[in-house]
Amino acid sequence: MQKSKLMEVWVGIFAFIGIAGLVFLAYEVSSLSHSTSENTYSVSAKFTNIGGLKPRAPITISGVKIGEVVSISYDQDIYEAVVIMALEKQYDKLPEDTSASIFTAGLLGEQYIGLDPGGAEDYLEEGSEIDITQSAIVLEKVIGEFLFSQTADEGEE
Amino acid sequence: MSFKIDETSDILIEIRDLHFSRGERKIFDGVDIDIRRGCVTAIMGPSGTGKTTLLKLIGGQLQPDSGTIKVAGHDVHKLSRAKLYKLRQKMGMLFQSGALLTDLSVFDNVAYPLREHTKLKKSMIRDIVLTKLHAVGLRGARDLMPSELSGGMSRRVAMARSIVLDPMMIMYDEPFTGQDPISMGVLVQLIRLLNDALGMTSVVVSHDVKETAAISDEICVLSEGKIIEHGTPEQLKKSTSQWVQQFMYGMPDGPVPFQFPAVDYAQDLYGVHS
Amino acid sequence: MLSNTVQYLIHAFWHVLEHAFQRLGRSHIFLFHIILGIPSVLVRPLLLTKQIYMVGVLSLIIIIVSGMFVGGVLALQLYYELLKFGAENSLGVLNAISLVRELGPVVSGLLFSGRACSALAAEIGLMKATEQLSGMEMMAIDPIKRVIAPRFMAGIISMPILAITFSTLGIIGGHLIGVDLLGIDEGAFWSQMQDKVSFSSDVMNGVIKSIAFGFVATWIALYQGYDAVPTSEGVSRATTKTVVYASLAILALDFVLTALMYGEI
Repeated sequence: MQKSKLMEVWVGIFAFIGIAGLVFLAYEVSSLSHSTSENTYSVSAKFTNIGGLKPRAPITISGVKIGEVVSISYDQDIYEAVVIMALEKQYDKLPEDTSASIFTAGLLGEQYIGLDPGGAEDYLEEGSEIDITQSAIVLEKVIGEFLFSQTADEGEE
Repeated sequence: MSFKIDETSDILIEIRDLHFSRGERKIFDGVDIDIRRGCVTAIMGPSGTGKTTLLKLIGGQLQPDSGTIKVAGHDVHKLSRAKLYKLRQKMGMLFQSGALLTDLSVFDNVAYPLREHTKLKKSMIRDIVLTKLHAVGLRGARDLMPSELSGGMSRRVAMARSIVLDPMMIMYDEPFTGQDPISMGVLVQLIRLLNDALGMTSVVVSHDVKETAAISDEICVLSEGKIIEHGTPEQLKKSTSQWVQQFMYGMPDGPVPFQFPAVDYAQDLYGVHS
Repeated sequence: MLSNTVQYLIHAFWHVLEHAFQRLGRSHIFLFHIILGIPSVLVRPLLLTKQIYMVGVLSLIIIIVSGMFVGGVLALQLYYELLKFGAENSLGVLNAISLVRELGPVVSGLLFSGRACSALAAEIGLMKATEQLSGMEMMAIDPIKRVIAPRFMAGIISMPILAITFSTLGIIGGHLIGVDLLGIDEGAFWSQMQDKVSFSSDVMNGVIKSIAFGFVATWIALYQGYDAVPTSEGVSRATTKTVVYASLAILALDFVLTALMYGEI
């Protein structure tokens, strides 16, 4: 009897380790706690070019992360990419004329959306759209333009 | 469940025209045996004649190629799985090794069939188990594990386990092999005693002539897939068949040759090939 | 002459094929019987507890130790490679993703088949060799329900727990090496990890993989034991076969599952 009781205790510990491990993986390793949709509101924005932006990319304001990209799709009627963003509810005082730009963290890093607050009196809410957007800077394009202008300069001299 | 077990007929096990083969080898080639209720019937024969196979056929663990085996009026191989299991609760079987469950103590091993098949109270199970262990003389060994038992003791525990559900019959597979004289004597006595005291029918498979003859009411001798002789031990000892004589008295040479079939001895030695 | 040889070869080939199909069929019928026996396990939780102890708890030590070491070594290797690109802050992410997606389920699956499945095959094989399974059948007790099904359930339950433990300890091992020893910024280690590791597509896919590995490895072990030739040689062969087949099955299944889970990109 004593032996089987000890065994049951061990199996209990085993199950506890499993659950604790899963909780650790959920809340410490991945960010399950951050992506609960209950505490966010969604806002959309249209960009002519999103570059390498991916779902789950961070959305920052003054460098502070306040949300993430939920989905990216292409609108055939206006020939632009539509990005749906989830912003945390606690940041609910973003002016309506806030602008969104796609930036790159570091030279080769991940792309993210930076928000720049405007001066309107109404605030962004669930379902509203950010009108002022700036597309991603595509490195090849910039280099291409730079080289083109260089050669054009040289040609003039 | 409407499953009746015939408790009255004189013949408990009826084997008719049994054929069984393993691969190319024919093990039974038309065997007929009647086992009478309340008797100790021995099935004897040299090693490798399929005596254990016969018990497994009776227990429904193997399917015969043709022929029927009826136990208490039921054709074992035509029963549904559930009914076969119901019938097996009435059949005890003692394996050569004892087949005790190695992770359970002696007490738990004997209690195992009771716990599986009945809803008896704990105290009741304890009483029954101790009675059965007492009957085989091992009440004091109830807390030992199977690995701590000698061969004879584990066979006696297995015996207690096979009678714990009060079966109508019990089958012994080579109960005497590898036993010292004392535990052999104990087992011989127990088989007879349990048979008479509990009103069971016993089937003993063995090749130990002296011990088996001492306790059995009837002996069937198997050889090469057939029953070559059957009768009481006395009748067999007076048998005219040379083969039976050789077997009963353990003579080294006779109809069963000492030599394994081979080419001529002289030819073999001198390396003369035709 | 030639046609005789060809005929012989065809015959031999057919013989091999027939045997392979026979075993495949038998193992699936066996699995079917196990699944039919599962409800009777749920009635007897004590049997299951005992098997989880044998299969899971006793494998815990080797899983914990290997998890720590694999995570630590991985961090060490990654650190010097990442340093070349100045990206050593990504160490936590890479470490966690490789553990949670691949190394956790696969390495703990391989250890599981070596530690637990070999023991299962040997135990069942020995029970068969010592006529314990036959004995149960003659006591009108179905060994598949009482012996096989509880072990099968225990394997499926234990394997994901072991894989989660392995990944967790691997990440802790990576933290020990990366942050405490090599001096990566602790904040960057955790925050990058949290940003990039997804619970649904990384952690849960790893758990699903490990459940599949537990299913297959335990099934192989039980079948090999149950089908073993009841001699000491037969049991030892069943044990060897179990480890080889279970490991190969885990690796093959991992490939298929990875392709299914992450293949669409």
